[in-house]
Amino acid sequence: MIAELGQFAIIMALLAAVVQATLPLIGAERLDSRLMNSGGQAALIQMLFAVLAFGCLTQAYIVSDFTLLNVAENSHSSKPMLYKITGVWGNHEGSMLLWVLILAVFGAAVAAFGRNLPATLKARVLAIQAMIGVGFLTFLIFTSNPFTRLVTPPLNGNDLNPLLQDPGLAFHPPMLYIGYVGFSVAFSFAIAALIEGKVDAAWARWVRPWTLTAWTFLTGGIVLGSWWAYYELGWGGWWFWDPVENVSFMPWLMGTALLHSAIVVEKRNSLKVWTILLAILTFSLSLIGTFIVRSGLLTSVHAFAVNPERGIFILFLLAIAIGGSLTLFALRAPALKAGGIFSPISREGGLLLNNLLLSTACATVFLGTLYPLFLEAIGGGRVSIGPPFYTNTFVPVMIPLLLLVCVGAHLPWKRADLLGVLGRLKFAGLATIIAALVAWYIADGGPLLAILGLGLASWMLLGTVSEWADRIKLFRAPLSTSWQRAINLPGSVWGMTLAHGGLAIAVAGMIATTAWKVEDVAVLKPGETLSVFGTDYRFEGVREIIGPNYAAVEGTFVLSQNGEYMATLKPEKRLYNVQKMPTTEAAIHSTFVGDYYAVIGDPDGAGGWTVRIYREPLVTWIWFGCGLMVFAGLISLADRRLRVGAPSDKKRTQLTSKTAEASS
Amino acid sequence: MRVTIHATGLGLLFLALMFLIGSSLAFAVEPDEVLDDPVLEARAREISREVRCPVCQNEPIDSSNAELARELRLVVRERLVAGDSDQQVKNYLADRYGDFVLFRPPVKATTYLLWAGPGLIFLFGGVGIFFFYRGSRRQKAPVPLSSDEQKKLNQLLTDKNSKGDSA
Repeated sequence: MIAELGQFAIIMALLAAVVQATLPLIGAERLDSRLMNSGGQAALIQMLFAVLAFGCLTQAYIVSDFTLLNVAENSHSSKPMLYKITGVWGNHEGSMLLWVLILAVFGAAVAAFGRNLPATLKARVLAIQAMIGVGFLTFLIFTSNPFTRLVTPPLNGNDLNPLLQDPGLAFHPPMLYIGYVGFSVAFSFAIAALIEGKVDAAWARWVRPWTLTAWTFLTGGIVLGSWWAYYELGWGGWWFWDPVENVSFMPWLMGTALLHSAIVVEKRNSLKVWTILLAILTFSLSLIGTFIVRSGLLTSVHAFAVNPERGIFILFLLAIAIGGSLTLFALRAPALKAGGIFSPISREGGLLLNNLLLSTACATVFLGTLYPLFLEAIGGGRVSIGPPFYTNTFVPVMIPLLLLVCVGAHLPWKRADLLGVLGRLKFAGLATIIAALVAWYIADGGPLLAILGLGLASWMLLGTVSEWADRIKLFRAPLSTSWQRAINLPGSVWGMTLAHGGLAIAVAGMIATTAWKVEDVAVLKPGETLSVFGTDYRFEGVREIIGPNYAAVEGTFVLSQNGEYMATLKPEKRLYNVQKMPTTEAAIHSTFVGDYYAVIGDPDGAGGWTVRIYREPLVTWIWFGCGLMVFAGLISLADRRLRVGAPSDKKRTQLTSKTAEASS
Repeated sequence: MRVTIHATGLGLLFLALMFLIGSSLAFAVEPDEVLDDPVLEARAREISREVRCPVCQNEPIDSSNAELARELRLVVRERLVAGDSDQQVKNYLADRYGDFVLFRPPVKATTYLLWAGPGLIFLFGGVGIFFFYRGSRRQKAPVPLSSDEQKKLNQLLTDKNSKGDSA
């Protein structure tokens, strides 16, 4: 009964989406406010039905209703409750339902928070948003229905893939999807602007918070996925340039470019056409990402034929969404008026260069991810594109970008004096050289490229900090004045400083783990000690443990340095009862300077166990740096200038009097 | 073997497939494979990170737990002990399994576009930006205000100032 209610709910959501996709559009054309207002109501109704459908499926998972095909295929009654709930989106159908839910929530949010939007723009944005919803709901209902019943239900289910039975499943996919789907709002705004034929600073100001929300969640989602792979796979790796990772990275790169170019539209009313194109491309890449994974295209071109119904539908949807929007862009973009003029050496010029480099980086990943598919499709043979390709192509594009981040942030709008800016960065430059020399000394030589890379990261960090110090006149005014200025800095400025600083810290971590990772593998008997890079790992032996739905072997290692106790690590090797699949649970001791990572393998039959030890220098900096970027996004979102059109008069007078006091 | 895994989220499908295909319980490089000569062993690791396991989902033989990956790791070490250079070892494998096993695609007719692509795109974008700047420089300077307009503007400005003063 509840499943039928869910089925009913997704059909009702589809109907609401159809209404939302048509009536407001007609209303905006005829300037009929009743028709335009129907968009907001339809968006709310669509969201309520999507929530209801999602709730019904969740209920089926919680009570293990194996009369549903989806639950029988992906769940098991002995699974812990957390994984019963997260298992709702641990499969194709459920994850598509989550996608649709998030899309509907974003639509309703635009309706609710967009009260100060011009009526026609709001109506058109909601209509475009609903068109995407129609496409996805149709896909869900006709090819991926999660509410399909089984005539003869099994006694128990197939269980969820053991690798997914991890708290990571609770956060990684939802955050990633909020990121993907969030870009749909920027897309809808871009299409609506093309229909209206008008892009201005106000438009950019409305688009930015949505883009920022999507970007923040996408960043968090990618990082969580990377961290999950790091501790779950048991190789101590955090990024594999796997196609599945790449498709989430592409919208991130494009979205980052969009975030920066939208600033130019907002502040200087320039780069409008380019920003519209970026908004379209970013969401197109999100769509490609979702679908390429869902259609099975990545495994091989041939896997596409395994489920042709879904594959063709996906291709069709992609063609309409991407082809349609780009055609509209080609037709309407030339009519958009160009805005303010600027010289190449200026804040705008810097942001444009940032866009060029980020787009090139994104295109490189696109090429590396899809080239094998194209080549195979045209009969050119099979090639593999792995990390060495990206090291040779992606990294060279990123170096100038990272080098210029803090220079760009120092540039004033319109026209800038480059030498003056570099002069202001001389202390950062000097400190960078010292930092690189210290790194060289600590690492005792080491690969020259890695030392230069660490220099680059510290340049970025120090340059960013010096820009912040400039703004608050640190050491050039009394500390109390600096403090006051720091408090009064807008959230978006804090956001920029924290995001750039976070990126610098993450880059340092990435370089250090890549260059100085140490790895050892050995067979140890209980009581024996393995020494890896100055740390002794004494193997105490193993014991068997029984989990809720798995049996495991747990090894115990006591870590010490120079005879001094450091930590105890207990890695596990699990065998899940239903799918008979082994997984490794690495044990990690994290410190500021790096991780101590232990994995237990198989017995050798003579009392010994295969043991893998990794020493991962500065790996925690990656998570911390990326976490700082997410935090920066949130701080920037809290900037009230993004939420309301402009500061209120009261606030403005207060600020003016404060600055007057400060300057007197 | 179940191939139709419905994993969600990016990365998950990858995680899932990787483990399903390697059915053996063995895990990546085993201690008995390691060469005694640390220099040769380091080279072997370096090579096997760039060689793809032919039966796995996008995984180097270095970390794969498939039986074939183990055999290839042993082949790499055999060739190294026999005195092959790194490139010779890779060619040896590519001759038998095709370019598919090389994570660094060789530069040849079918991959020119791949290797040149990033540079071309950067160049293309750079030229676009060049023309953008040239076009914007050619834009006519804005027409100066007529005396009427200037008067009106002055009036507006004084109005606003006097309001601001009273506030």
